[in-house]
Amino acid sequence: MRSNRKSQMELGLKGVRISVGDRELIPPLDLAIPAGEAVTVMGPSGSGKSTLLAFISGTLDPAFAAVGRICFGGQDITAVRPENRGIGVLFQDDLMFPHLSVGGNLAFGLPSQIRGKARRRGVVEDALADAGLAGFFDRDPATLSGGQRARATLLRTLLANPRALLLDEPFSKLDVALRGDFRRFVFEHAAARDLPVLLVTHDESDADAAGGRVLTLSATSGIVQARRPRPKVRLGAAAQAN
Amino acid sequence: MDQALHPLTRPGARSSPQRGGRAARWPLIAVGGVVILPIAVGLWWTLLPAFGHLPAVAGSGVASSPWREVFAYPGLWTAAWLSAFTGVAATVLSLALSIGFCAVVHGRLGFRRAEAMLAPILASPHAAIAIGFAFVIAPSGWIARLVSPWLTGWSTPPDLATVGDPLGLALIVALMIKEVPFLLLMILAALNQVPVDAHMKAARSLGYGRGIAWIKVILPQIYPQIRLPILAVLVFSLSVVDMALILGPDNPPTLAVLALRWLLAPDVTSYLPGAAAAVLLLAIGLFAIGLWLVAERIAAHVGRFWISRGGRGVASEPGLRLAGAGVALVFAFAALSMLATGLWSFATAWRYPGALPVDWTLATWSAQLPMLGRPAWMTLSLGLVTTLVGLLMVIGWLENEGSNSDRMKRASLRLMYIPLLVPQIAFLFGVQVLLVRLGIDGSFFAVAWTHLIFVVPYLFLSLADPWRALDPRYARSAAALGASPGRILLTVKLPMLLRPLLTAAAVGFSASVAQYLPTLFAGGGRIPTLTTEAVALASGADRRVVGVYAFAQSFMPLLVYVAALLLPLYLFRNRRAL
Repeated sequence: MRSNRKSQMELGLKGVRISVGDRELIPPLDLAIPAGEAVTVMGPSGSGKSTLLAFISGTLDPAFAAVGRICFGGQDITAVRPENRGIGVLFQDDLMFPHLSVGGNLAFGLPSQIRGKARRRGVVEDALADAGLAGFFDRDPATLSGGQRARATLLRTLLANPRALLLDEPFSKLDVALRGDFRRFVFEHAAARDLPVLLVTHDESDADAAGGRVLTLSATSGIVQARRPRPKVRLGAAAQAN
Repeated sequence: MDQALHPLTRPGARSSPQRGGRAARWPLIAVGGVVILPIAVGLWWTLLPAFGHLPAVAGSGVASSPWREVFAYPGLWTAAWLSAFTGVAATVLSLALSIGFCAVVHGRLGFRRAEAMLAPILASPHAAIAIGFAFVIAPSGWIARLVSPWLTGWSTPPDLATVGDPLGLALIVALMIKEVPFLLLMILAALNQVPVDAHMKAARSLGYGRGIAWIKVILPQIYPQIRLPILAVLVFSLSVVDMALILGPDNPPTLAVLALRWLLAPDVTSYLPGAAAAVLLLAIGLFAIGLWLVAERIAAHVGRFWISRGGRGVASEPGLRLAGAGVALVFAFAALSMLATGLWSFATAWRYPGALPVDWTLATWSAQLPMLGRPAWMTLSLGLVTTLVGLLMVIGWLENEGSNSDRMKRASLRLMYIPLLVPQIAFLFGVQVLLVRLGIDGSFFAVAWTHLIFVVPYLFLSLADPWRALDPRYARSAAALGASPGRILLTVKLPMLLRPLLTAAAVGFSASVAQYLPTLFAGGGRIPTLTTEAVALASGADRRVVGVYAFAQSFMPLLVYVAALLLPLYLFRNRRAL
């Protein structure tokens, strides 16, 4: 699971503005997320947080009108197809593909450059073992607990070698005890890979755990306010706000 | 920065991850060209001969003589009245029974189980049901045999017109055997879109009985979704040909049969009155649809008053139970009809008034086998080819509709209903004219094409809801993992939708097997199927021989249905969520 490849790349949003009809969901937004930082966007439901993530990952519904650019390092990826952006996404639900085994799900994320049935299985088995899911390769995802499925989904995302991670309230459906564990699990893995992370949530404690800057999206005024990063222990050495 | 307009929002480049770039146009063109265009051309080429224009065959120029000939036919008005009466009666009764049944069984019947229970009837072609039903209700039929002579004293078949009765009652009941299960399935599918349980609890806590709560609270919510299926039933019932040939009155027959007689006559000049009669049937169909829509308004108005009066309707429960019993009777007829064709096909002899055949034999089957082979092969290959091609078209359509607005989705549903809302005979003669002009009439290709006109809508109706209900985040997850749209389709969507895909395939296959008129017109007698053979034999041949064809005709789609139900159970035996 450990990757030495440090992406060292910054995820940038430049002049991003999203509206639907006459309603502005995301007011003009400039944001640079350096490698290793986990920025949080807070806002009530319906405020357009998920829409922002859909725009960044390239899966925005055409009903929305979006303007602005998304950059990686200096490279503009706004027009790049979703599957070529290298941006991993975790959703509120685990979305393990129900027709594949746990191992099949993880192998789905694994790049095809890793060849050979045995080798691919080996990589997946190692990842599962690292996450405390050893021996789960052939299991039906429906037989896993919520926490196990959540972890397996992160593994699936990380095996695809993303350059950035988008988190669409992935902790909100887990119960409190599990939530803390899974949050730690996600941010530790993201930090170990030095990924820029963008989290949307309506839960303050998620933002605290992310540790990076916090932006607040207000449904009524639509103002994005940047809060100063909190002086607290960061997860991962590389987490640095600029 | 504003000029960096995201490509997804650029006009003409609407996109989603599912199609990675731009919407393909081929599904629209394919459905338009294969399904809608022949209907338009077919209507035109039926309309022209109706006014005397059929160059190189029966004259050109505009004339009113075809209409004079039609109106001079002695039984014309009876025929037209019969068509309207049988169609409307079958529709009203089927709807009333289906609604009553759903109100009574609410909460006790899940969609999947109901689908499996209805499958045998849905799979059976209309012609096979009609033949079996005739075997059951004829004066020398199974029912008469079961109650004779001990109850009735009949030792020879009584002189009763139970088949081909002048009012078309046998035809109406046979139509109900096919249409009640169809409407039930449509109602059950619509129920998935409404928070039925919560609303039922709310209504019942206000003191409403179970059945009346369903009718006052649930029915108004689902009616908009079953309106098109009801209209399709209406048009089908008043224009049906194969069932009317087997069970309907003979002199005069229904207008659809009358039109067919003219259109199939050896004398080409009779094509013209035939086309005129077909156009008249189209007008009756449109009038019936209009009338239904007006009646709907009135019913809604009265219904609102009725609901607001607040009657708890405890007294109406027996009436609903009667409807439930009616549905049970319809199912019993269906079971007897299907069984009767099978029994006859394996009977050595079945003498009146014996309740069962004297003995069993495979002799009829083995004697018919040489003649059965080609129609059976044609039926099978037509069904498979049209289902596969149709599935490609429908999957392409749904895959590219991606994130279209709800308005667009409703529009595509209406488009798909067009073939089911136009009486077949009103455009199939014109399609034949088109095929002759293209020089492809009587070919396998031509028959497959006309079958597709009906297979595509049924595939679409069956697949659209489950396809659209699939959580789009699965595709987005897969895209975020680096999967291309094609890979997402093949490795995520299609496997996750395997169950509805196979069900749709079974529905499409049986729609193809059931087609009588399209096979007749496009095949020009050169492409025999089990259905055309069964209908041709139905009137005169030995019941054992007819039984062979009717049974084979029901059995083939039934096998496909069973496979569609069992295959996912096997493939997903280790997958609890599917």
